[in-house]
Amino acid sequence: MHIQTPLREDVIGNLQIGSKVLISGTIYTARDAAHMRLAERIDQDKDLPFDLQNQIIYYTGPSPARPNMPIGACGPTTSYRMDVYTPKLLSRGLKATIGKGSRSEIVIEAMKKYRSVYFAATGGAAALLARAVKKSEIIAYEDLGAEAIMRLEIENFPVIVVNDIYGNDLYKEGIAKYTRFIRIQECNHYQRNIHLDNNM
Amino acid sequence: MDTRIEIRASEITEKVAQLCVDANFNVNSDVLNAIKESYTAEVSPVAKEIFTELLENAKIARTCQIPICQDTGVAVVFVEIGEQVEITGGHLYEAIHEGIRRGYKEGFLRKSIVADPLNRVNTGDNTPAIIHTEFIPEGRIKITFMAKGGGCENMSRITMLTPADGREGIMHFVVETVKVARANPCPPIIVGVGIGGTFDYAALLAKKSLLRPLGTQHTNPDTAVLEQEMLERINNLGIGAQGLGGRITALAVHIERYPCHIASLPVAVNIDCHAHRVKTVILGS
Repeated sequence: MHIQTPLREDVIGNLQIGSKVLISGTIYTARDAAHMRLAERIDQDKDLPFDLQNQIIYYTGPSPARPNMPIGACGPTTSYRMDVYTPKLLSRGLKATIGKGSRSEIVIEAMKKYRSVYFAATGGAAALLARAVKKSEIIAYEDLGAEAIMRLEIENFPVIVVNDIYGNDLYKEGIAKYTRFIRIQECNHYQRNIHLDNNM
Repeated sequence: MDTRIEIRASEITEKVAQLCVDANFNVNSDVLNAIKESYTAEVSPVAKEIFTELLENAKIARTCQIPICQDTGVAVVFVEIGEQVEITGGHLYEAIHEGIRRGYKEGFLRKSIVADPLNRVNTGDNTPAIIHTEFIPEGRIKITFMAKGGGCENMSRITMLTPADGREGIMHFVVETVKVARANPCPPIIVGVGIGGTFDYAALLAKKSLLRPLGTQHTNPDTAVLEQEMLERINNLGIGAQGLGGRITALAVHIERYPCHIASLPVAVNIDCHAHRVKTVILGS
């Protein structure tokens, strides 16, 4: 299905996990360093360099554009690093984020609360994704280089719905479908002996 | 008899610059083959489509000279230096760094390095590189360049197991590392495992194991079996391409082993994404 920015409430409500969506319109880029600055401004109750209301943020730090090209390679970066800032941005009216990889439970809850969705773009398909970008312009934090905030004009930018506004999660459902439990017994036995620092 | 082989620093710079660009635009045939095979083996339609996208992406990158991935990586450079080699007109490390500066500028590659991990100001030229050197009893220099992405590097882990943990302990740690990482490192991934040595050396072994071409078997039959078993277990996790569910989570598991202390069993897992960018050049005889 096609959707257009700024995002309308009824459009967001109809998005279902696993749906392929082609986005057209304006979106904004921001990753780690830009998020840190945006969150700081929200904490200080200051204005942001752009209005978040009904907008989409794309987690990407594009490679430099060649002369006469609208943008360089621009695939998604891993989203969990932005989790700590995301609820604050959603509270200011942000309606969707694009990245790759799972969001935290806190972010998923915040997406339900603020009626916002999370899309995944294909990580490492950055040359392919660049074709959907027609125009790019740095609008804030130019000193951050690849991490500056850019306004992108996109046409049919391909994403997949990972989290809808109802708390569903495509990663959890997709993986569960293909997990094979052949050696689970063995694994459980050894789990007792090995102390993993990052259990799931 | 003078057996010295002279290699100019400027030649090293030039070759390194070429490697940076080549690695980021041109996917190696071993990776392309692995993705094609994965497409055939995969049963999930969503994952199949991802593989198609990756092949299309590789084609666009090659023809349009645009990076495969916007994260053009931290430059990791492995140098094997012949003992008979004399570098003239400059110094090895500076020659490599100048090559990276040039390659990343001329290739329109992203500069992803900050000068300090806490203050985080970009160096603007993607240096410094991480350089590993090793002497070899020959008259040549072999330079292997790897553009290592941050997303997959972040999902890597290291642990100090006990000798009692053995094979199954290693297996469990590696599989668990991939399980925890899920979609984050851009699967299908390549899993590099270093077993033995010391805390630091295990990590280096893990990274070095990634340099072996995909689709090749380890020369040690016992390691080859372990790699196969690990790959099977990882693919049973069901994570699939981009973590959307599927049978192919990893394209390969590569293991390197090294002697270690009687008390120790270090295990390091270095994950690489499907944008597996490794290129090599040999200078001298």
